[in-house]
Amino acid sequence: MHGGGRQVVADPILETRDLNKSFGAVQVLHDVSISVYPGQVTALVGDNGAGKSTFVKCIAGINSIDSGEVRWQGKPVTVHDPREAAALGIEFVYQDLALADNLTITQNMYLGREIRRGGFLVNGEMERKAREVLTGLSVRTVSSVRQLVASLSGGQRQTVAIAKAVLWNSKVVFLDEPTAALGVAQTRQVLDLVRRLADNGLGVVLISHNMNDVMEVADRVVALYLGRVAAEVSRSDTSVTQIVELITTGRSGDIGLSRATASESI
Amino acid sequence: MTDEPKLGKRPVAGPAAGPDSFLGKDSAFALDDEPLSIGHAIRSYVNRLRTGDPGALPSILGLLVLGFIFSRVSDQFLSLNNIGNLPGQSAYIAVIALGLIFVLLLGEIDLSAGTAGGVCAGFAAQALFSGGLKNGVSGALFWTLACFMVLSLLLGVWLKAWTGAAVVLIGLLILTFGLEKHVLGAMFFAVTLGTAIGIFTGWLVAKVGIPSFVVTLALFLAWQGVLLFALNSQPVGIQSYPYWYGLANNNMSNTWSWVFTIVLVGGYLGYTLLRAIRARAKGLIAESMALVLVRGGLLAAVGVVITILACQDRNPNVGFPISGIPWAMSIPIVLMIAATIALTKTPWGRHLFATGGNAEAARRAGIDVVHIRVTAFTVCSSFAALGGIFLSSSTGGAQLDLGAGNILLFAVAAAVIGGTSLFGGRGKPRDAIIGALVIAIIPNGIGLKPSLPAQWQTVITGAVLLIAATVDALSRRSSSRR
Repeated sequence: MHGGGRQVVADPILETRDLNKSFGAVQVLHDVSISVYPGQVTALVGDNGAGKSTFVKCIAGINSIDSGEVRWQGKPVTVHDPREAAALGIEFVYQDLALADNLTITQNMYLGREIRRGGFLVNGEMERKAREVLTGLSVRTVSSVRQLVASLSGGQRQTVAIAKAVLWNSKVVFLDEPTAALGVAQTRQVLDLVRRLADNGLGVVLISHNMNDVMEVADRVVALYLGRVAAEVSRSDTSVTQIVELITTGRSGDIGLSRATASESI
Repeated sequence: MTDEPKLGKRPVAGPAAGPDSFLGKDSAFALDDEPLSIGHAIRSYVNRLRTGDPGALPSILGLLVLGFIFSRVSDQFLSLNNIGNLPGQSAYIAVIALGLIFVLLLGEIDLSAGTAGGVCAGFAAQALFSGGLKNGVSGALFWTLACFMVLSLLLGVWLKAWTGAAVVLIGLLILTFGLEKHVLGAMFFAVTLGTAIGIFTGWLVAKVGIPSFVVTLALFLAWQGVLLFALNSQPVGIQSYPYWYGLANNNMSNTWSWVFTIVLVGGYLGYTLLRAIRARAKGLIAESMALVLVRGGLLAAVGVVITILACQDRNPNVGFPISGIPWAMSIPIVLMIAATIALTKTPWGRHLFATGGNAEAARRAGIDVVHIRVTAFTVCSSFAALGGIFLSSSTGGAQLDLGAGNILLFAVAAAVIGGTSLFGGRGKPRDAIIGALVIAIIPNGIGLKPSLPAQWQTVITGAVLLIAATVDALSRRSSSRR
């Protein structure tokens, strides 16, 4: 699946065209055009202030867009808040996980969307489906879906947060620094999970500062530089050095922004 | 997982992740694959103790220790007569604490629960005493009260607290048709007034955004004055109303006591049995038959022993037999069961726990956090009104300081001693009942020994509360260390 299949490029599931966004006099996004493909991990990299967070917030509908359009499955859409994004099939896993420590894994995964019958919760059904989702993601480190989230390690929590996002047949998942606070083994688990999400056909957007993670798990790398897309490269055609150059200077050799554009923004 | 190759080959997606992944203790869902046996239940309980969730254990131990000490102090303590008095002495604390649990679960506090209960019971007593509230209080107060309830009704509708709004509407109808001059109408009116107060409090906290400590501190003070207005500064007795007075002082007949116990134990056993059978049929996580039967059997044994003891004549004076389960025991138990179902079996209860555990997570999950807060305060004040009725029942009337003084603090202490966390997110209705017994057993035991000065009462209560709070703090620390 992974490897050869990657060359066959399907239509992008989520696409932005010439997105512009200003906060007052400061233009944060300049004509940002990014495509997310099903079955691929798209890494979104860039220095602090490059516009990664703003871009994600524009997709989620937290920030409005000044000009340009967001296309979902080929059709232009306008998203006003995260719930509308969720209704389309776009989920976001933020750094501060948004899990309730005093609830179990199942309860967290179904929070706000509980299965109910006659006004009462159907716990058994939810536990079964939570297990199915975790099994489908080959999560093997959890001994019971009745465990409290408070008792989980950082990696397991990240796993639950991601599983929660994909429980709803979502098609695109944004992961914001999923490995930032994790140790080596746990990073390993989460990266495997990220890869499996893509292998299961989801479009994954990985926002990361960690070049090792990006090189390991991404199919395509989009580098943002001061609000512009510096370059969009295939992971197999690039190197850590090149990505770092794109992040820090906006250009690398003959790819990237033109010398004039790259320097004007500074 | 750690020895995977770095790049390239990755585990294939899907459930078939390897033949050995579901074997062995560490593998996925090992604990979910077999029926939950007695051993599992005990192990998971011990595990909960170790990971900082002591549950009811400290409060039950406290109850036993205090009981042991007092049985040494006075041989009257363990007499059926004395034990039979305990429910009547603790019911008002238990009921107010039951309501407080909902607010404490959110990490909020309601300092006004005691005096709010006093106001509600005060209006009800005045209405009974003067044959209708209109005759009892000044016209200005009557219309202020009616307007307040209409305001709460509108707030309830606006904040989507439908049930609360409906209850307030019933209260307004009672007022309109003058039904509050009958004893049941008066008591029900008190509860609806509590609901109205709760919506108002919840609105101030959740929508206006004033810290609950300040809002309820202000209301704690204000309701004491309102009570004086309601009673026209004259205490009102309620001893002549058997339904009301009986709440804290009368018992169910022996027959009904047995019916109560059998329905309760049978209902629990039937529910858990049915749940286990259905879960197994559907291949869900199920409890083993042995676990269900042993647990149900233990409950049945306790219930039967209590009922046998309760059905004996416990009056030391021959000729006036007193027997049966006190109403002050059965009603709080039924309320506790209702509260437990609301908290653990409904989406509302789940959302309440989530909001208390991580309000931001709840908000992101699409939960209307404002609605949850308002309804929690509404439930709390409704229970408080009932607590006020129990309180006036046990003291024989609506005094001028009904619900003031230490009562709210005792109720908070009961919840905390029972194991509810003041930081929110952790607590059970059961805690209120056990904690209230601990609180009530102290004056009860001390009162039996005239040589033991009453000063000890608050000192011992304070010490017990401090121990409970220490256990809570230590267990939180041990659970956050990992």
